[in-house]
Order: sequence, then structure tokens, then C-alpha cells
Amino acid sequence: MFKAIIIGSGPAGLTAAITCAENGLDVLVIDEYMSAGGRLLGQLYEQPDGSWWNGLRESKNLYTTAISLGVKFHFNTSVNNIEKRNNRWVVYTEKGTFYTENLLLATGAAESPVPVPGWTLPGVMSVGAAQVMTNVHRVKPGKRGVIIGVNVLSSVIAMELHLAGVEIACLTLPKMNSIANKEGNPSQVLDSLLHVSHMATSPLIRYGSKLLKNDFIKNLGIHFYPKKGFKMWNTPIQLRKAVIEIYGKDEVEGVVVAAIKANGEVVPGSEERIQADFVCIAGGLYPLVELAALAGCPFFLVEELGGHVPLHSEKMETPLEGLFVAGNITGIEGAKVAAAQGRTAGLAMAIHSGIKGLDTEIRHSMDMVKQTRESADIQFHPEIEVGRKRILREWEISQTSKQNHEALMG
Amino acid sequence: MTERIIDHPILGKMEDVNHVTFSFNNRVYKGLENESLAAALLANGIRTLRYQEESGSPRGIYCNIGHCYECRVTVNGQPGIRACITPLKEGMTVESSGQLKIKEKEV
Ligand SMILES: Cc1cc2nc3c(=O)[nH]c(=O)nc-3n(C[C@H](O)[C@H](O)[C@H](O)COP(=O)(O)OP(=O)(O)OC[C@H]3O[C@@H](n4cnc5c(N)ncnc54)[C@H](O)[C@@H]3O)c2cc1C
Ligand code: FES
Repeated sequence: MFKAIIIGSGPAGLTAAITCAENGLDVLVIDEYMSAGGRLLGQLYEQPDGSWWNGLRESKNLYTTAISLGVKFHFNTSVNNIEKRNNRWVVYTEKGTFYTENLLLATGAAESPVPVPGWTLPGVMSVGAAQVMTNVHRVKPGKRGVIIGVNVLSSVIAMELHLAGVEIACLTLPKMNSIANKEGNPSQVLDSLLHVSHMATSPLIRYGSKLLKNDFIKNLGIHFYPKKGFKMWNTPIQLRKAVIEIYGKDEVEGVVVAAIKANGEVVPGSEERIQADFVCIAGGLYPLVELAALAGCPFFLVEELGGHVPLHSEKMETPLEGLFVAGNITGIEGAKVAAAQGRTAGLAMAIHSGIKGLDTEIRHSMDMVKQTRESADIQFHPEIEVGRKRILREWEISQTSKQNHEALMG
Repeated sequence: MTERIIDHPILGKMEDVNHVTFSFNNRVYKGLENESLAAALLANGIRTLRYQEESGSPRGIYCNIGHCYECRVTVNGQPGIRACITPLKEGMTVESSGQLKIKEKEV
């Protein structure tokens, strides 16, 4: 029995663990990966002030702090199920069962697949897989790659690959089909990229669009930031071509690209081959919510947050007593926002377990989440604020109807 | 042959590396202790981790973080182990699982 159990050791889970431990709770963190950090581990980019965001170092620092506060960790341990029994949360893992009154789900995000013909060939991987291989394991995913899917994440990772000496032949789109529809339509992709740029009120969002300052934007005569672009960045982005097939006998040997019209249709006879020994697929991120679903948490589909998210309050509580959520499980955002949410969740867990005098602190931490969001390095959806408001409104509605119900029954 | 990034312009030199020996489909390779099996194999130029049960088509890693189960191998006799989240240890015996045919790749 632990006072608090946290599933996921990404920035949200680690920060929550530290916060719980600082308030005297004994904490167990469970993660199926080999080490702490989650998706923070592979992050590496230059911030607007010129300093580097080194996710590997950030992860190490958080982990060391947690260890020094007595937080326990079980790595290489997948959680298969959770349920509430006799007022306690039961956590079923492949290495035993654990119990707690305060359970935090900080399972983060997963990448959406984009099934392009040939995508099961060895050498085809998600763009995040290439990031981890390169920045965490320090093994090149290959010599020369093609990235399918143009979005903020694939742009950042293309830059990281470039930095590590891996050649990227191009970033391009998948051919449109019913599944890959949105990712494959050039005018829609362009729209979303333009949208981000127009929203560039904070210097850090500009960072995202700065990466996109390159030939295709110049060709279109669009100049968001006429000043200097990103120095280490010279990979062509192709929105007028799409990958129609990945080819290779036993492993990836290249891709077939073809010209596409503005509506995404292939121009017949325009097919050409690009040689590559690896291919990355970038289909975007969605919240990893399976465990919340198994627990019976209500869900809402909020496109701005990246998909279905569990209902939760600003204090990161769910409607199920003793169950909390933080980080990308509540919506796709950057690591700093996830960490800020983790702090709020940790305080809420401490309060729930009976620690007094944390009211000011938790209010302050909720403000910090908002501030961090406003100045975020990377924004995955330009309308994130709208999505956040929507879920909070749903929370209020659920609380009001709960109170009405109680009044009626009372 | 895929390369390791020994020196990185921002991350610097690789530190604390300890070489270990392991086998994959009865061939002996070297890797770094506690790196993922998938990373150790890729560093040795190996992308194909198994053959799909029905079609026999080759498969390698996809997500690299434990979500997709594409990288299942047999480790020390235990099948269904995800190579991308399993740390490499000295003397590990790794085999392609579910294979109908094994094609040895020359490395
Ligand atoms: C490929 C990729 C690249 C990204 N790059 C950036 C970037 O460059 N900059 C940026 O700001 N944001 C980036 N993000 C967004 C990223 O999700 C956030 O920055 C941040 O890492 C989210 O933190 P988190 O704590 O919510 O979850 P994560 O960091 O994703 O951590 C979740 C942890 O939970 C564990 N877990 C999940 N399910 C289980 C289970 N059932 N049992 C046990 N353990 C489990 C996972 O192993 C993981 O360690 C990226 C996301 C992805 C997927
Ligand atoms: S590559 Fe997806 S689980 Fe290992």
C-alpha cells in the first residue's frame, strides 16, 4: 500500500511524484520503459533565447530529485488494468498488484499511424521512434530518410536528425485515402501551418513556424518572418508531392512520390523514386487514455486537445474519487505544460490524502499551468485554449448536475 | 551498416558505455549494456526482428517506445518480449519469434 501511485514517469508523472513526496506522501512510480523521462527523453531543440532544451538532462534532473526525496520506481513494468475496490485503487501490472488511495494516470501520448502501402517493411518507423533512436540511444535510424507527414513535431525531429548527421531527403505528405485524409491534403496542412504562424503572439510559437521558413513557403511568396530562418535547417518540405508507396524487398529501399493536385489527387505519370534506407511516419499525437477508460472515467472528444480526453477538473481530479490525471493524457501539449500540470496533480493528491494548508499553493500552481501554456515552446494545436475551456465547462456541468442530483435525493 | 552517434554537437560524447556480448538468431554481436535490444541490433545493422506469423513478411521496430508490439522477440527463451523497451545484458540470447522462415542477413 502506497499513499500515492503514479503511472508514467514523463514530465507530468515525475513532477507529481516530487510534489507528493515533498508533502510527505510515500510514492511509487510505475513505467514500462527502461528509464525515467517518458517522451521528454528524446527532446532537443534550441529555444528562442538561444539555449538548448535538452530533454535527456531535464529527465535526469527530475529523476534524481525524486530519488533524493525517497520516491520508489518500478521500471520495465506495464500496467494492464486498474480498478476501484473497497475504496482503494488496485493497479494490476505484469510484475504484481499494487494498492493506493491516490492514483495518478500520467501515461502521455501516442502517435497516430498513417498506413502508407509498404509501411510494415523494416526501416519504416514512427517519427518519434527515430527521435528516440537518435537522441536517447545515439544510434542513427539510417543514413538517408524520408519523413511522411508535415507537422510541428516532424519538423522539429527532422532538425534533430540533421543535427546528428542523418540525411533527410525530404519531408512530404502521404497520399490521401480515407484514413490518411487530413494529413494528406496539402491545402489543409498548409492551412494548419499558416494558422500556427498567425497565432504567433508568443516568441515560442514563432519558433515552430520559424522551422517552416523554407523553400516551399518562399515559393508561395509567404513570409511570416523575413528575418533569419533556422540555421541548421535545410531539408526540403514537399507539399505538392506525396508518397504513394514505400518500396523494398526485405527492408526499406525508398519511396515512390508523385505530384499531387491541391485537392490531394495524384497527377498520373508524375511518379518518381527517392532512395532511402528508412522512412518516418508522422501522423500526429493523441492522448493515451486506455487506463482511464478501463477505470470507467467519462470521456469527451475535444479535437483541440488531440482526441478523446478523460473528464477532469482544473485541479486534475477525475469524477472518480482518488483518480487523477496529468500531462498529455489530458490533451497534447509540450513538456513544460505537462510538468506544470503534474505539480497541480501532486498537490491535489496531497490534499486528498488529508494534508492541510495547501490551498494557496494549488491555486498558484493552476495559474502556473496557464502561464506556462501561454509561453509554450511548441504548440501542437493552435486552439489549445479553446479545448481546455471546453473540458472545464464539461466538468462544471457534471458537478452542477451531481449537486442537483444530490439535492434531489437528499 | 548503421552508425552510432559517438559525438553529438549538442549532447556531447557518449558517456559510461560498457560493452557486452549477446546473440541474435545464433550469431554473436556486441552492444552497450542497458541500451535497448532494438538499439543494439540496429547498431549492428539489423532491422528485421521477426517474420509475421501468417504472411512471413519481415517486421522491425515501429514505435520504439513499447506501444505497438511490432518488435516482439524471444529473450532467453521467453517469447513476446518487446525489443524496444528491454535493456541489453551480458550474454542475452535473442531470437526472432513467430518465424516461419529465417533469412539470415549478412552483416
Ligand atoms: C514522439 C513524441 C515527441 C515529442 N516531442 C516533443 C518535443 O520535442 N517538445 C515538446 O514540448 N513535446 C513533445 N512531445 C509531447 C510530449 O508528449 C510532452 O512533451 C510530454 O513528454 C508529455 O509528458 P507526459 O508526462 O504527459 O507523458 P510522457 O512523457 O509521454 O510519459 C508517459 C510515460 O508513461 C508510460 N506509460 C504509458 N502507459 C503505460 C502503462 N500502461 N504502463 C506503464 N507505463 C506506461 C510511458 O512509458 C511513458 O514513459 C512529444 C511527444 C511524442 C509522442
Ligand atoms: S517498436 Fe513498438 S513496441 Fe517495440
